[in-house]
Amino acid sequence: MAVVVVLVLVAVGSVLFHLLSPWWWTPIASNWNYIDNTLIITFWITGVVFVAVVLFMAYCVLRFRHRPGNRAAYEPENRKLEGWLAGGTTLGVAAMLTPGLFVWHQFVTVPDGAAEVEVVGQQWLWSFRLPGADGKLGTSETRDITPENSLGLNRNDAAALDDVVIEGGELHLEVGKPVKMLLRSVDVLHDFYVPEFRAKMDMVPGMVTYFWLTPTRTGTFEVLCAELCGTGHPQMRGTVIVDNAADYQTWLSQQTTFQQLQAKAGTKETAQAGNAAPAQ
Amino acid sequence: MNVTLAFLAVIFAIAGWWLSRQRLFSKPWLEVGHAHDLRPHDRPPMAPAKIGLGVFLAVVAALFSLFISAYFMRMASTDWWSTPMPKILWLNTAILALGSLLLHAARATADQHRDEASRTALIAALATGLAFLAGQVFAWRELTDAGFVLADNPANSFFYMISGMHGLHILGGLIALTRVIVKTRAGPMGEKAVLSITLCATYWHFMLAVWLVLFALFSGWANDFVELCRSLLT
Amino acid sequence: MVDIRHGTGEQIGPAEVEDVELYHPHSWWTRYVFSQDAKIIAVQYASTAIAIGMVALVLSWLMRLQLGFPGAFAFIDAERYYQFITMHGMIMVIYLLTALFLGGFGNYLIPLMLGARDMVFPYANMLSYWLYLLAVLVLVASFFAPGGPTGAGWTLYPPQAVMSGTPGGNDWGIVLMLSSLILFVIGFTMGGLNYVVTVLQGRTRGMTLMRMPLTVWGIFTATVMALLAFPALFVACVMMLFDRILGTSFFMPAIVEMGEQLQHGGGSPILFQHLFWFFGHPEVYIVALPAFGIVSDLISTHARKNIFGYRMMVWAIVIIGALSFIVWAHHMYVSGMNPYFGFFFATTTLIIAVPTAIKVYNWVLTLWRGDIHLSLPMLFALAFIVTFVNGGLTGLFLGNVVVDVPLSDTMFVVAHFHMVMGVAPILVIFGAIYHWYPKITGRMLNEAMGQLHFWVTFVGAYLIFFPMHYLGLIGMPRRYYEMGETAFVPASAHTLNEFITIMALIVGAAQIVFLFNLIWSIRHGREAGGNPWRATTLEWQTPETPPRHGNWKELPVVYRWPYDYSVPGAAEDFIPQNQPGATSHAPEGAS
Repeated sequence: MAVVVVLVLVAVGSVLFHLLSPWWWTPIASNWNYIDNTLIITFWITGVVFVAVVLFMAYCVLRFRHRPGNRAAYEPENRKLEGWLAGGTTLGVAAMLTPGLFVWHQFVTVPDGAAEVEVVGQQWLWSFRLPGADGKLGTSETRDITPENSLGLNRNDAAALDDVVIEGGELHLEVGKPVKMLLRSVDVLHDFYVPEFRAKMDMVPGMVTYFWLTPTRTGTFEVLCAELCGTGHPQMRGTVIVDNAADYQTWLSQQTTFQQLQAKAGTKETAQAGNAAPAQ
Repeated sequence: MNVTLAFLAVIFAIAGWWLSRQRLFSKPWLEVGHAHDLRPHDRPPMAPAKIGLGVFLAVVAALFSLFISAYFMRMASTDWWSTPMPKILWLNTAILALGSLLLHAARATADQHRDEASRTALIAALATGLAFLAGQVFAWRELTDAGFVLADNPANSFFYMISGMHGLHILGGLIALTRVIVKTRAGPMGEKAVLSITLCATYWHFMLAVWLVLFALFSGWANDFVELCRSLLT
Repeated sequence: MVDIRHGTGEQIGPAEVEDVELYHPHSWWTRYVFSQDAKIIAVQYASTAIAIGMVALVLSWLMRLQLGFPGAFAFIDAERYYQFITMHGMIMVIYLLTALFLGGFGNYLIPLMLGARDMVFPYANMLSYWLYLLAVLVLVASFFAPGGPTGAGWTLYPPQAVMSGTPGGNDWGIVLMLSSLILFVIGFTMGGLNYVVTVLQGRTRGMTLMRMPLTVWGIFTATVMALLAFPALFVACVMMLFDRILGTSFFMPAIVEMGEQLQHGGGSPILFQHLFWFFGHPEVYIVALPAFGIVSDLISTHARKNIFGYRMMVWAIVIIGALSFIVWAHHMYVSGMNPYFGFFFATTTLIIAVPTAIKVYNWVLTLWRGDIHLSLPMLFALAFIVTFVNGGLTGLFLGNVVVDVPLSDTMFVVAHFHMVMGVAPILVIFGAIYHWYPKITGRMLNEAMGQLHFWVTFVGAYLIFFPMHYLGLIGMPRRYYEMGETAFVPASAHTLNEFITIMALIVGAAQIVFLFNLIWSIRHGREAGGNPWRATTLEWQTPETPPRHGNWKELPVVYRWPYDYSVPGAAEDFIPQNQPGATSHAPEGAS
């Protein structure tokens, strides 16, 4: 009998836990509420199946448990019943898959006019790059990375010179504007993960991956790494701040471009060279 | 993974064909008695060793098809320069094919109870196997001397790794072959000996076929073939 | 009218099948240590697997201590933590589950259930075990190697796995790990050839494919899959060893590690992931299919009722086995591969849910109108259904590409795969051990200890992994040594983590009771007799218990399918497979 009680407790308890526990997703901050909706549909369908199967089992154990003189029925199969169950399952699966595929289509189709932002991962730091005045990100190459050029931008590419480079700082995004996140890594796999955005994607050295989103509310959000990248993995944090248009422009105007960074590094180098010269 | 998937499709087709003859749609609870066992019991079943070898070769084929899949996937990268094929590989191929022929002959002569001829053929086959391995090592040395070292380029890496893996399989075959030679050294060759030689021959034919595919792959012909398939499909 | 086809000449001479030449052991060493008897090899496989599994259990305690009480145990630093999770995962998936189901139960049950004297290649079978043991020893050696074992996560993703930012990455750890896996694959191939060819060629007279118990169907299909899938792991390991030791660039692109340019260039980390998951996904079913098969037999035997929809169960096993080869990239939805693959792999993944669901329905429908004996194997089988349904349903979240996006790499994934391929198959293993222990030793396991073990394990494991899903839903990532101060994680989530840790310690302790029971009952258990569960399958019909080397005096002949329980008109509620005679049953449900 304990089994029956425990089976019922598992079914009812799981539902109650789902409904009453304080643990639920973070309030969304992007356009991907479609994902949340698909998740809710999946919760409903799978929840009904789970409760039905477990309660059915509990009933069977209660009703058909062994008593002296009992004998089981003889029923090798029942094609009709099996057909109905298989058909019902197929419908349930289709009800989850169809919206899922529609939303996935949206997910992989970047809208025209989405602003590009590059995120660069390295052990264990986030850097960001925004296109400069020309609206284009310049080319980059891991081989070109030096201490002065930590993102490996192409110095001979005019489009790269005006790019805004943010090393290990905060990224600002403009609310309501679709943005395509271009993801790059210089060492191992990382994953740009902001729970409130729902979207995430691995960053793979040697290639550029992407996803897109439209931030829907202003605020400060934490960036985590979601792909094991070595012992510093949990410390790899960053910050994304979603601003309104005015704040965003103010922030943007305060950022330094690649050219400015190079010039600064250049003067430092000459200064160092100058300091070093007398000693030799 | 297309190569692997194509290979799997073949395996699944064979498995499906076999399963389709096992009366999977029968209702076993309605059938009492032993007469529903359709396996012929007037002749002995196929030797388990033959089936075992067949399954093993399927595993080896899976292994090489995965290597080849990896080869094609890695090839898509821009840093790929094909490795030139040393001329000696042609000779090695011929030697391997000769070994295959010799084992075939060993099997045929053992079948006809010409034991001495069979033994000679076996030893000659062993010699060709060793010669093939030596030839492969020469090919490697020729490449390294010409500056095509292992880690320089993925094409080189793949060539050394896959041909090495093939060589290891040949080496394993040689060990089995040596065992067969030792076991059949004295006394008349019975059914068991014929079976062992047949297994060796099958294995050798298979490894020859694998080598031919690999040689075509390294020489770039397989590439042209894949291109052709692609253009036919689109 | 239903026609029951009876064979002609019901009584036939038993040894129509060619008898196999048996290896005869000459000494204690060849009888019990270097034995070629599949039953001894099975026990060797199982003991080694359980022993190394206990190591993995202790590792899970250590990692849970860190997660529940971060910082409280100074010796668990970040490096060690990652080494613990990696070794825990790899041991549990490969060295425990795969080895125990195929090497343990496969070796013990295939020859017995099919009425064979032994595996067809006993020598290769013995080698298989010794290579497995060597693989385990190499794995254990990495704990003592300089730098310790690898901490790359059980998926061993490059470039990270072979770099200095990861424990064991530029030390011995990863090299030993890869070598051990290569040895395991070679060893497994030798055993796997045996299991497959024994099923193909070793079946006794009358044992048609459709008369095989579902246990054998499950193990057979899983072995075929493993033979085709393990080469992918082999290839991935060999290529990574080349990258790590010889400096090639199969998986290694141009990399700047801590400001320093590495020599590699052009390689593709995604290529490794394709190879790994081409093995890794079938691997899930390599573990699941034997569990499916065994649990079907446990339910049928202990509910005294034929398994409902046997044919459907067989087809489902075969279909799941085949489909599992074209779903691998659902582990890679956010890996950066071509996003359009998502459409294909989400569809195939969700299709596989249909045959799997049919299996679940058939299990519970077998209970319906049964005569359910709540013995320990039955309890574990019921618990399996609960946890498997739970874990299988959360698989529908993760298989549906877009729902996977927020959940991937969170604790939701950890909870899902532990429920579905950790807890569920292990519950089957326990049930199977309680079921077959009397055959292996001749004695029953102690019932009281068994009840304690069952309740703590089932309820405890559910309480560990069910709430864990919600940590993932909050957004808590997996493989975090410590969450630290994170705004979106409420304090209550940390309390939940403490609770999970305490439950894990309790459930782990219950396994010690089980181990003790295993050893204690060898001498002190109740005498079982030859067929304590009154089961139909051949392993319960051996002339001796435990069966001697060679299993049978005369090979049995099979006259019926393995599920003749509670046949109307029959005197007993079970008819053994080797019992001749035309008991005319009137199959009511069959049409």
